[in-house]
Amino acid sequence: MNWNIIVENIPLYFTGMKLTLFLAFTSLALSFIIAVPLSFLRNSARSGVRYAVSAYTLLFRGTPLLVQLFLIYFGLAQFGLIRHSFMWPWLSSPLVCVLLAFVLNTAAYTTEIFAGALRSIPVGELEAARAYGLPKSKQAIRILVPAMLTRALPLYGNEMIMMLHATSLASTVTLLETTGVARRITLDNYIQFEPYVTAAGIYLTITFVIITSFQIVQRRFAGYLEPRSI
Amino acid sequence: MVSEFSVSILAAGSTTLLLALSSLVLATVIGLAAAFAKLSENRFLRRTAAVYTFVIRGIPDLVWMLLIFYSLPSLLNQTAGTLGWDVRFEFPPIGAAIGTLGLIFGAYMTETFRMALLNIPKGQVEAALAYGLPKSAIFLRIILPQLTRLALPGFTNNWLVLAKATALASLIGLHDVMFRAKGAAEATSKPFTFFLVAAAFYLTLTVCSMIVLTIVAKRTSMGVKELAP
Repeated sequence: MNWNIIVENIPLYFTGMKLTLFLAFTSLALSFIIAVPLSFLRNSARSGVRYAVSAYTLLFRGTPLLVQLFLIYFGLAQFGLIRHSFMWPWLSSPLVCVLLAFVLNTAAYTTEIFAGALRSIPVGELEAARAYGLPKSKQAIRILVPAMLTRALPLYGNEMIMMLHATSLASTVTLLETTGVARRITLDNYIQFEPYVTAAGIYLTITFVIITSFQIVQRRFAGYLEPRSI
Repeated sequence: MVSEFSVSILAAGSTTLLLALSSLVLATVIGLAAAFAKLSENRFLRRTAAVYTFVIRGIPDLVWMLLIFYSLPSLLNQTAGTLGWDVRFEFPPIGAAIGTLGLIFGAYMTETFRMALLNIPKGQVEAALAYGLPKSAIFLRIILPQLTRLALPGFTNNWLVLAKATALASLIGLHDVMFRAKGAAEATSKPFTFFLVAAAFYLTLTVCSMIVLTIVAKRTSMGVKELAP
């Protein structure tokens, strides 16, 4: 066992962990902003709007994130038009490509989660809001969005963790986040056990923290939805 | 040239499908067992299942794949070395990939099945017990039909995620759709085209699965009333 190599590389793991967290939370924050309005459009009464949003979520949920990432990072270079445009300095950077792929991908999943939660709100809540004469915007902001978010909490918690784990794919396009660091140490030192186990431990710890905080949040805000025990 | 490479990419679809379906079977078996373990009265079973789902869901798929493909043989070889055995462990990519995906999605299936089991009204099992039905009959005639219906959305979701997660196996050298697409992208100057071919393959797989599973869902939820907003 060569744990001393790991100990020597703790600073490297630490920077990797920071990049992992940065990628995960930036993608989640940006995709949340996109997903809330999209989830309403996904349930829109106008079928054209509904189909457009469905097409987007289908495309991004129907293909692996790895393919999407490679399409953006390796694929865009195929087009001279993009290569010679002012966007190229950004689009050739792995960090921007990774974030672009992650945001587009997780926004599609989050939209479906929120749209599903919207549909599961009991009709009575909406009927009551209508009966009280609330305008449509108030119905959305005061009744639908909070009810949607509380109902979406368990699935959204999963999506957060999925996103955290998906950041490991950034290692395939040269980024040195946690998995990338582990890979680099494996290649530099010809050891295959310790680096990956350490990376796994880091992910497990972050996941544990997220799950625990989510349980607290869920008990606080969605406790009333829990099934009664007999 | 584009068509030749595309055919070679799509031909690898059989490898991807084999990997996906074998992993699904493994995951369903593990998931059912662990779901019952989680709801059992035996504390040891409950704890083991909880640790299993937690550890699996706490580590990314890619890292699990690397752990099982690289780290596990390395550990086994080191152990064998200290014990003085003359063996070398090495897993074929397909075996490592099936094992990894089966284990990972077994944990997700566990949660799906557990939630479905919890959503079956308690009174029904109590009524069945009151009628003196044996345990096997309670499972087959009361629980299973409702479990199928209640777990189907989650099951569908897990399958769709699993089918796409197979692309990760290309990173440990399995010659699947993704591996061939990457090869074609590197051999030509058309990476977008060939990754798009791969994307189309996965999209077709997803859409076909969704159609089949929607039909199944319709059949299993006959007679369930839903409110439309």
